[in-house]
Amino acid sequence: MRSRPLVSILRWVVLLLFALVCAFPFAWAAFTMFKSNDDLYTVGHVPFFYNSPPTLDNLRVLLTETAFGTFVVNSVEIGVIVVILTLLASVPAAYAIARLTGQWGGKLAMLIFIIYLVPPTLLFLPLSRVVAELGLQDSIWSLVLVYPTLTAPFSTWLLVGFFRTVPRDIEEQAMVDGYSRVGAVVRTVLPLAVPGILTVVIFTFALTMNDFIYAVAFISTSSQMTVSAGVPTELIRGDVFFWQSLMAATVLVAVPVALAYNLFLDRFVKGLALGGVKG
Amino acid sequence: MSAPPATRGTVIVEESVRVHHLLDRDSVLGPVLLAPLMIYLAALVGVPLVTVFVYAFSDATTGSESFSFVGLETFQRTLADPVFQGAIRNTIVFTVLSQIIVIVLATILGFVMSADFKGKWIVRFLILLPWTTPVALSALAWLWMLDSLFSPFNWILGQLHAVPIGTPVAWLGENNLAVGTVVALQAWRTMPLAAVILMAGLTSIPPELNEQAEVDGAGFWRRLFDITFPLLAPIMMVAILFGIVATFTDMAAVYILTHGGPGNATQVLASWSFYTGIQGGSLAQGAAIGVFMFPVLVGVCILMLRRASGVEVT
Amino acid sequence: MAEVEVRDIRKSFGGADAVDGVSLLCRDGEYLVLLGPSGCGKTTLLRMIAGLEQPTGGDILIGGKSVKGLPPRARKIAMVFQSYALYPHKKVGQNISFPLEAQGMSKEERDERVRWAADLIGIGHLLERKPRQLSGGERQRVALARALVRDPQVFLLDEPLSNLDAKLRASARLELKQFQQRVGVSTIYVTHDQVEAMGLGDRIAVLNKGRLQQVGTPDEIYHQPANAFVATFVGSPPMNLMQRDGRLVGFRPENVRVVKRSEHGDGASAFPCRVIRIENLGSDRYVYVSVKDDAGESKLIAKLAISEVIGVQADDEADLLVEKRFLRFFDRDTGESTAA
Repeated sequence: MRSRPLVSILRWVVLLLFALVCAFPFAWAAFTMFKSNDDLYTVGHVPFFYNSPPTLDNLRVLLTETAFGTFVVNSVEIGVIVVILTLLASVPAAYAIARLTGQWGGKLAMLIFIIYLVPPTLLFLPLSRVVAELGLQDSIWSLVLVYPTLTAPFSTWLLVGFFRTVPRDIEEQAMVDGYSRVGAVVRTVLPLAVPGILTVVIFTFALTMNDFIYAVAFISTSSQMTVSAGVPTELIRGDVFFWQSLMAATVLVAVPVALAYNLFLDRFVKGLALGGVKG
Repeated sequence: MSAPPATRGTVIVEESVRVHHLLDRDSVLGPVLLAPLMIYLAALVGVPLVTVFVYAFSDATTGSESFSFVGLETFQRTLADPVFQGAIRNTIVFTVLSQIIVIVLATILGFVMSADFKGKWIVRFLILLPWTTPVALSALAWLWMLDSLFSPFNWILGQLHAVPIGTPVAWLGENNLAVGTVVALQAWRTMPLAAVILMAGLTSIPPELNEQAEVDGAGFWRRLFDITFPLLAPIMMVAILFGIVATFTDMAAVYILTHGGPGNATQVLASWSFYTGIQGGSLAQGAAIGVFMFPVLVGVCILMLRRASGVEVT
Repeated sequence: MAEVEVRDIRKSFGGADAVDGVSLLCRDGEYLVLLGPSGCGKTTLLRMIAGLEQPTGGDILIGGKSVKGLPPRARKIAMVFQSYALYPHKKVGQNISFPLEAQGMSKEERDERVRWAADLIGIGHLLERKPRQLSGGERQRVALARALVRDPQVFLLDEPLSNLDAKLRASARLELKQFQQRVGVSTIYVTHDQVEAMGLGDRIAVLNKGRLQQVGTPDEIYHQPANAFVATFVGSPPMNLMQRDGRLVGFRPENVRVVKRSEHGDGASAFPCRVIRIENLGSDRYVYVSVKDDAGESKLIAKLAISEVIGVQADDEADLLVEKRFLRFFDRDTGESTAA
């Protein structure tokens, strides 16, 4: 590019604009969470300053006087178990598609992609009946049962891509060296696929936190709710929104999740490219 | 001839492989490894999918255990319902509008982000926030940000005397504004992923192509439109594919921002299906509404994937 | 060590036959080379012997016993892939001891064996390194050490020298041959490089399009090719072939003299030709000539030592002189060798 400094400045301006637009709602939430009640709810006050000093009270209320802590614990519990279940189903399946299927592997991958397209906002109707009939209504276990339908197809897709980056030679060598195929894969392919598997872990966990419809459809008891379901519904008493606490909850969840994603983002996109376009 | 050291009491491979497992055969191992996933998906996606279609042809409710078939009656009622018609319209409009915005913005952002620079990590962190955050919480943040009384935007507009005092902008209370807000939210939260995918796509274009074109005399814009964009097109398809799926089938944004209002103006298929099915209690109707999401989605996606990979699909 | 035999072995993928009825015996302690162009089935054949592919017909025997249903780990074979397939996440020492772990050997014994193998091959100083820190030649040796360490019945090698620099290949070839002779294990070696085949093999099996063309010592392959394919595949430059009297006549470029027209040699066959070009390549001189034959015109090559004086130049009319004993004849349609 010829006109170096001008392009550089333009680039920075555009970047800053994007960053601003993307982050503003969260910045505003972070700002709000420290505002005291009288400051916030007095209409005349300038919203951009702390007219009364910032306070940690809202944070305290959120953590000690609401069910937020319970929501987080539930979400984490569900997330961890669902990650394990997803890996148990997806890793073998992805390996099979990457190595063992040849002809019908492509069709299988396409089938899994179509399953990914089936929206939870459609399936929640029959699934809420299933959940009720299994007696899992109002329990986090209903979500543990159902969430892998959200996470497994995409995880399998990603994992196929990661497995394809490991050369076939490696596991064949291990087979000649004395292991069965399963033994060879466990000892040579899986260790090499660890970064990919970690990426899938992060993505799966975040996906379970992202779900709203199942969480809201299956669970109505506060003590069993996840963050996504509980924060928008339970932290509102009657018509009163405890905005500062609500915004604190949003920020407390958004930041760690974003951090985790950023650590693995490059691999995630690579996995999409490898497993993705060609199916 | 050199011989290896004598092996004392070592089990030689041939003897230790007493049972040559069935699993040594790839034709057996493949299905065995696939079975857990496929059985699970068949049971918890396949069967319910069929069930939804069954509901749509029935009179099932959340109240009773049993239901009977009513043919096309539920569908006819659904199709005649103006809220449903609005919901279908909205679902399509929201998706198309938001993703057009995404294409434009993600392309710009993809280009701008493709070089390395100081502080890239922080910028990337900020830009990804809309996508990485659970949709319910993002919607909540928007809800607060656009509160008609306390929105910072309204305050600024008021200070600038852009709106008459006493009538703050009702971002979520006025039909067109509410629609615009939902579209904006969907674009905002799906754009980062598209940008990241495009970024990766840009770096995958061999620089020789542009260099060759430059030597051949093509200017910047010419190179952009004749080389870069065509090569980027398939990647772009994949990028907005995720955005389309996420927007088309989403109900959280509408539920939290507007509850479908004002007065059903922002209902989409997913949210209307939820209200009718769960809160209204009619599984049959909820199913009849939601069912419209699936075939359209599959059709669009297969078409796009065909274009993207240029390979015959199924 | 043991004999390896394949009997009428076949492999088809979809509709195509990659290997089409090959029968071959590798004797105890022999170094057998499978030679052929890419796609001829040699690697598929090797993989079937290893157990990585299942034949669609025929049988495989190691040490006289059929191994057809057995997985690779039960066949007591060692294999070296073209890429060497070193485990990137393990150190060199761990790479070499990997097959021994599979056997359940105790740590002491494993260490002893690894030491032995590494010293034999000369990489004892590399045991603590990771594969990515090694050069191509070093990686090849690690792969060999790993193959050696489990005392296999058979070595299977799939083009292990093709990833090395050209300069390295000649010395690597020598080391490989010496190594095999010292250890004495039956070896089946796949390559498309006929120089490697000639230099390494006790016997060479030439394959093309899934079929065995000829098996024999390098001498036999070179001097008594069984068909036109073998004749032209082995030898650089390839054997000259022209059509005459309804059949193919062949002779190797190094057995040809080029003389001015009307000078005649001693009972040698003379083929009139026109000189196209003379190349001086350092130690050799290539003379490209054009000869009229049944098929019109053929371009042939004569390879002469640089020290030989030649009396012709480009565009001269000349004669190619070949002693009768160097002539080979092949059927024009089938390519099979025929009598004079």
